[in-house]
Amino acid sequence: MSKDIRIKKGLDIKLVGDAEQTTTKLSLGSVYAVNPEDFHGVVPKILAKEGTEVKAGEALFYDKSDERILFPSPVSGKISEIIRGERRKVLTIKITADSKQDYKDFGTANVDAMSAEEVKNHLFASGCWPFVKQRPYDVVANPNQAPKAIFVSGYASAPLAGDLDYTLKGKEAELQTALTALTKLTTGRVHVAVGSSNSPLASAKGVEVHQVSGPHPIGNVSTQIAKVSPINKGEVVWVVNPQDLVVIGELFLTGKFNATRTVALTGSKFNKPHYVTALAGANIGDVVKGNLDTDNERIISGNVLSGTQVSQDNFLGYYDTQITAIPEGNDYELFGWNKPIFNKISTSRAFTFSWLTPKKKYDLNTNTNGEHRAFVVTGSYEEVFPLDIYPMQLLKACMYKDLDEMEALGAYEVAPEDFALTEFICVSKQPHQKIIREGLDLMREELG
Amino acid sequence: MGLKQNLHNLKEKYKGTKMAPAFNAIHTFLYLPNETTHNGTHIKAADDLKRTMNIVIMALVPCLIFGMFNAGYQHNAAINGFTEGMSFFSGDFWNLDNLLIGAAKILPLVIVSYGVGLIVEFIFAVIKGHEVEEGYLVTGMLVPLIVPIDLPLWMLAVAVIFGVVIGKEVFGGTGMNILNPALTIRAFLFFAYPTWMSGDKVWVADARELTGTADAISGETMLGSLAQNAQSSFSNWDMFFGFIPGSVGETSTLLILLGALFLIFTKIGSWRIMLSAVIGALVMGFVFNQVVEMGWIGETSKFYGLMSLDFWKHLLIGGFAFGAVYMATDPVTASQTNKGKWIYGFLIGFISIMIRVFNPAYPEGVMLAILLMNVFAPTIDHYVVQGNVKKRLKRAKVKTA
Repeated sequence: MSKDIRIKKGLDIKLVGDAEQTTTKLSLGSVYAVNPEDFHGVVPKILAKEGTEVKAGEALFYDKSDERILFPSPVSGKISEIIRGERRKVLTIKITADSKQDYKDFGTANVDAMSAEEVKNHLFASGCWPFVKQRPYDVVANPNQAPKAIFVSGYASAPLAGDLDYTLKGKEAELQTALTALTKLTTGRVHVAVGSSNSPLASAKGVEVHQVSGPHPIGNVSTQIAKVSPINKGEVVWVVNPQDLVVIGELFLTGKFNATRTVALTGSKFNKPHYVTALAGANIGDVVKGNLDTDNERIISGNVLSGTQVSQDNFLGYYDTQITAIPEGNDYELFGWNKPIFNKISTSRAFTFSWLTPKKKYDLNTNTNGEHRAFVVTGSYEEVFPLDIYPMQLLKACMYKDLDEMEALGAYEVAPEDFALTEFICVSKQPHQKIIREGLDLMREELG
Repeated sequence: MGLKQNLHNLKEKYKGTKMAPAFNAIHTFLYLPNETTHNGTHIKAADDLKRTMNIVIMALVPCLIFGMFNAGYQHNAAINGFTEGMSFFSGDFWNLDNLLIGAAKILPLVIVSYGVGLIVEFIFAVIKGHEVEEGYLVTGMLVPLIVPIDLPLWMLAVAVIFGVVIGKEVFGGTGMNILNPALTIRAFLFFAYPTWMSGDKVWVADARELTGTADAISGETMLGSLAQNAQSSFSNWDMFFGFIPGSVGETSTLLILLGALFLIFTKIGSWRIMLSAVIGALVMGFVFNQVVEMGWIGETSKFYGLMSLDFWKHLLIGGFAFGAVYMATDPVTASQTNKGKWIYGFLIGFISIMIRVFNPAYPEGVMLAILLMNVFAPTIDHYVVQGNVKKRLKRAKVKTA
């Protein structure tokens, strides 16, 4: 039954600071927050005003385009502050947590006996719907469309990403329940990608399990979709993260919305890179306390390729299960553009010697290693880009906003994260992910 | 902190002013800038455009140095006679006398090329308020290598201004141009000052000045003599090593081959273009050889000299090797898709030899072949990309059917 997915094109970026396989359970922090910006494309309509008491799982806001899509509070407590930006756009909803957690009860449910509509409604009511994202456009799924398949990537290949085989261990029951729920939502199949047969997902029933192997971006869902069942115009595929499956599974089994994640603290700026358990929206400062080397560091919620830059006052991204800390690269380097380079990664051999030591782990910083330029070099993106798409041509189509061309070149099949590697190796230091994001937003706006 | 801190303070002080790009160009030449990533990838690979361009320049330096020695050697040899069967490391070639004659001729070309070109780049950067781009670093090095040794400096200056402004800046600068700027410069020279760019007097130092005097020397390239059905006096090894008259940097096939290997190894130059250009040239040369063999072209034909040349010798003479390795592979003006690169390279080789044979007045085809294919590169890419688009549409149709 198992169909293997294998790719050759790509690049494994090996960095210092892999998480050691021990998990520390963090005590409950005092302040949590949800940033509506984590849900790209959602226009939030506030349900819980400042000062309201909420239980864990109670909705904070809903999506303007579909009021069934609720966004829940990860903790029980009091809404202490709603920070707004320009044109009263909601930036952050802060919740001061109660010392004793109180969960809103959604009632246990037997997934096997439920119909598609019942599953959907249960996910809506409990605020679990935002965990379901869709391709095209890489946004929270539109529940009115019927997906041709649902994909779960149980293998994380991004630099320093937490080992899902480790973080999901012992959650087999929740995962199976959630996967069964997902099978009700599509007429097609649910595809699960696993890195090895040790994965807790490998023995899941009712789904199609794929063994994947190869360099990053094999763990990206787009890569797996492209190999299994590429998206054509008009088709929709839904995507769920494996850690979110655990939350969904727990909801069905216990009736509680428990957004606890096993977060990997990774990168060279952590004294002891390892795993901690934390709730979604946890304060970064609380999570990294005592472990971070605070000397000119960059903290990232997520991985080094697609994560968000945060400070200790910010909060863990809603979907993120990794915090990375690497050195800031805000220093000049004498003749850095022509001297031989041994301590940085490069796919060329232009006096960069990372090809000599493919196993070495690097301590990269955030320096751009050069200035922004127009696209000049050709042919290098293709070597790290496994999809059957011309990456530079698609980027250019997004830049000059030619919707027809974007569509023809395969914009439906990609998410910004798929362009992380091409952005990493880009000699012209172009912001590929931003270009793709803006292109996709434009398509979504114009074509729906 | 010394220099680093002082430069940083200067940069901050003049940030946003008109002259900032000019200052930054010099600053970033000394120091890799302190710019950090924002959202997007938080880390970046080590290469930037400066490094990429620098590799190409390094691949060109041996050709330049060889060109200096060769210029002196050709000058002296034309007066004193050639040394027969010289080895590559012969003292008759690598001596100070040759170097001095060559350097006195060639260094001014390099200085004018870089000086004028960079001034134009700086002016455009300041006017448009973008950073000074690195494209000219390579162009400025290529230009002295593809002109005749005796070219007057003012002509070079005029051509460089034309080439950079019309060939590149009007399109928006590095990365936007359609034609290879170095070849635009050469083409401008060729059409504006044909007597200085072809014929039998410009390829050896001082050949023109000595014309009509008792010391008159010939200054003809091999292509020139072959085009006139004359027998060449150079051995194959001379041609391979590069002890022949020609543009400054184009003569030594050996060094160009080493440069090509270096570019391929560093993954800066496209091996697809280089290989397919060689294949294209060999195929065309072979076809011409067969035509001669069949007796369709007699010895009296004006095409006979070049057409009957063994097909593989085309790679050794003229600027073909130089063009295929250093000019055709310019990523901005070449095809951008891998499939397109095969077609693009093949046609460059094919057309180069065709022009070479059929245009006896100016038997150097590679320049025009590359410029022609520069123009067609986007078309080639278009069809290659359409192939991908069609595949996607077909996939959708199979699904719905």
